[in-house]
Amino acid sequence: MSIGGWFIFLIAVGSVLTLFCWCMYKVITTPGETEHLHRIGEHTPDEEA
Amino acid sequence: MSATPQKENWNSRLGVILAVAGSAVGLGNFLRFPGLAAEYGGGAFIIAYFTAFVLIGLPICWAEWALGRMGGRQGFHASPGILGVITRRPGFKILGVIGVMAPILIYMYYVLIEGWCLAYAVNYLFGDMHFVDEAGKPDMGAAGAFLGNMIGDNGGGNGSAFRLGLDGAFWYVVVVFVLNFVLIYRGLSKGIEWFCKLAMPLLILTALVIVFRVLTLGTPNPDILQNNVSNGLGFMWNPTKIMLQIQGEDGHWQNTEQLFDEARIAALQAEVSADPSRQIVTIGLGKQLLNADLWLAAAGQIFFSLSVGFGLIITYASYLKKDDDVVLSSLTAASANEVCEVAIGGMMSVPAGVAFFGTAGIMFAIGSSILMGFLVLPMVFTAMGGFGTLFGFLFFFLLFLAAVTSSLSMLQPGIAFLEETLGLNRQQSVALLGFITAVGTGVVFYFSEGTKAIDTLDFWIPNLMMIPLALTEIIIFAWVLGLDKSLAETHQGAAFRIPGIFRWMFKYVSPALLLIILGAWFLKSVLGIGGQVSSKVQLLLSGDLAAWLTIGLVFAVGAFFLWVSLQAKSYQAIDNHSES
Repeated sequence: MSIGGWFIFLIAVGSVLTLFCWCMYKVITTPGETEHLHRIGEHTPDEEA
Repeated sequence: MSATPQKENWNSRLGVILAVAGSAVGLGNFLRFPGLAAEYGGGAFIIAYFTAFVLIGLPICWAEWALGRMGGRQGFHASPGILGVITRRPGFKILGVIGVMAPILIYMYYVLIEGWCLAYAVNYLFGDMHFVDEAGKPDMGAAGAFLGNMIGDNGGGNGSAFRLGLDGAFWYVVVVFVLNFVLIYRGLSKGIEWFCKLAMPLLILTALVIVFRVLTLGTPNPDILQNNVSNGLGFMWNPTKIMLQIQGEDGHWQNTEQLFDEARIAALQAEVSADPSRQIVTIGLGKQLLNADLWLAAAGQIFFSLSVGFGLIITYASYLKKDDDVVLSSLTAASANEVCEVAIGGMMSVPAGVAFFGTAGIMFAIGSSILMGFLVLPMVFTAMGGFGTLFGFLFFFLLFLAAVTSSLSMLQPGIAFLEETLGLNRQQSVALLGFITAVGTGVVFYFSEGTKAIDTLDFWIPNLMMIPLALTEIIIFAWVLGLDKSLAETHQGAAFRIPGIFRWMFKYVSPALLLIILGAWFLKSVLGIGGQVSSKVQLLLSGDLAAWLTIGLVFAVGAFFLWVSLQAKSYQAIDNHSES
């Protein structure tokens, strides 16, 4: 792998890990956040019915 | 005294984090992304991919969550109704039909890949997946033959996938198809909760072990020194490529092998100078980034990864409460997805593929980006020795579970649409959707030779459905409703405010990029201006029956949903209200 390859690799992996860790930090430190955090697959039409 | 509540609180938060992260894992992370990265040359694809993530993916993701929640409060849960009711313009309601069509059409081939994962898991369980030659070395030919026979891409013609044995895909696809509809009929959210909380972290752990094994593969075949993991990492991440190209009969130069070793380059240079149909060229990052197909593939992958542009998020968001956090929810899921895709998925199949197949093999011989993981990963498991069978089973079985959660979410917009337009109950809507998808899946399953039906759907749906729908949504968000109103809605219940710079992205950058990508793709891949007409377009031009029937399927599904949405009284009420 070239120096350019290492650069792209470190920037890419580093940035996604940093973003993920920041999100985790916000989830953990924001009061009541877990009650308001949602994801796909959680609410479905059958529940609505 | 406070120890127990504190622990419960921590467990609850960890559970939510695992659930959000788990819901982000799917086939796209470990199979589709590496295949595309390999097809489009690695480093440049990653740059386009990240650019698309920030400039297109995140703005559309936030817009979809907000629009969905807005529409849900007015009683609509499928994108035609949602886009119609929040804009009060019939045109957007019609464009919203894409948000019902696209997930259903994607489901028709996604369920096959889901079945292949289950087939691989079962065959690993029975110990039938140890692909070695007489010398005990990993045998790529045997792995390729197994895959070809299983999916019906073995030269036996269309229909050859209808094999009933343990190593044929038929029963697995039937089982997976029925399982999906049983789960969707009975209600899924509670039943599959443990998938996300337990099985998906286990999948990520398994994938990390596989990444470790890939990185320690070295040079699997000492007779071909350039086929090694180091070159695989270079193939994946290097921004500049040195390519061996061969001139085709039509005069175009095609990349056939990426070169790394100076000695090999020097040796080939001598051969190439005597052969005018071959050349060695250095392709810089800038030139690679001028390829419209690369940007379209990167944007399409972002759409698949973040589940944006095809009606999923907008349906799920329509069930949220007013103070639920859509900003951090979506960013957390997106970031978890990116970690799985880039840091794990990108380190598995591509480096291993180069180590076993060489750059020529990974670029040329494999052909389909979706199939790469099914060919490459068994080689890695074979190289793991005794543990290979266990990890092969674990990986494909957990990937199958992840795929089930994704395919269930693809059915939700269709169910919601049929219930709110035709007034069907759950049983009726599941039966009707089951019939439509069974016919479509049958067509895709039958036309297995050359995976033409799958490739046709995977080529046209992102380009002609997901990008136009995303464009529609971002225009509604930023221009029709207005940014101030839309962002105020988005920020309700949010743990943080979207940075101000994204105002420009919502309003100008995202719509402009989507238009440019779509326009450039049409000019190059469809009309052949400034490049070659795509092989999928050529397939249609050649009158290929599989490709035309697949396109016919798309039109039939589209016509049905459009007709239903135009006839629906609940939707006509939106129009009547806007006229009055």
